[in-house]
Amino acid sequence: MSENHTTSHEGENHGSYGSYIVGFVLAVILTVASFAAVLSKAFSFWQTIAVLGVLAAVQMVVHLIFFLHMGVKSASQRQNLYAFIVTALMVAIVIIGYLFVLWDAQANMMPG
Amino acid sequence: MSYDTTHAPSAHHDEHEHHQQETTIFGFWIYLMTDCIIFGTLFAVFATLCHHFAGGPTGKQLFDIKNVEIETAILLFSSITYGFASINAHKKNKGAVLGWLLLTFLLGVSFVALEINEFHELVARGAGPDKSAFLSSFFTLVGTHGLHVTIGLIWMLVLFFQIMGKQGLSTRMQTKLTCLSLFWHFLDIVWICVFSFVYLGSVV
Repeated sequence: MSENHTTSHEGENHGSYGSYIVGFVLAVILTVASFAAVLSKAFSFWQTIAVLGVLAAVQMVVHLIFFLHMGVKSASQRQNLYAFIVTALMVAIVIIGYLFVLWDAQANMMPG
Repeated sequence: MSYDTTHAPSAHHDEHEHHQQETTIFGFWIYLMTDCIIFGTLFAVFATLCHHFAGGPTGKQLFDIKNVEIETAILLFSSITYGFASINAHKKNKGAVLGWLLLTFLLGVSFVALEINEFHELVARGAGPDKSAFLSSFFTLVGTHGLHVTIGLIWMLVLFFQIMGKQGLSTRMQTKLTCLSLFWHFLDIVWICVFSFVYLGSVV
């Protein structure tokens, strides 16, 4: 009885060997791609930064889904997701705001 | 004990315990979100100060990418070994949990050792946190991550001995293991940003 209850819950929240290995392989591919993009010197400066940004964002999503088991299936997963979205928004405001204000201030104050 | 007499109270008890477990994990998740804001702020600081070398060495001259590759590989492996510990914890497989935890712990220790070694070399080369705004923000950001990993390792060691003790893999212990799993995987996500933007971004 209680056994059934916990196992059905496990399936959705705690992952399996398979899902961890899939996540791990994806993470390795994305990590190697990031290092290769920089070390191969195949792109210009801003292109490389853009490639790094995209690869890092994708890898974060991979980790969130396969290692932190984020999703929309259960009520508790959705709760976590809402908290995460609010946090991501705050972090985005902080980082973009910082860069915008301070680079602008520097451009206006630094001679030359 | 017959099935009929124990069924109702035990189911009720499980329901209660399960609810409490979810509340604890959600509370820990909220803490992680606040930690996320700390790291977000430190990344913002680094992004603004990363070109302020004050005549000192640049990231391109200082960073050893080989070392970063090894650190990244170690953290990635430790994420999957902790994942295997979690899976076994839910299967109540005590020996396997202890084994995977120990492996995760050793990987974590080697990560911290490599980082301490890197910091030591930087300071020895005269590129300490006092040298330039770039280095101050670098040491603060990467050091905060390293401090988190160190605290995670102490926590892991405590859980290791608690599981070995008479508590074993009780529901309460599983909740603790789940919280540490969130913490550990979260630190790996922070590291993705560290190697991408701090190290690789500096040597582009």
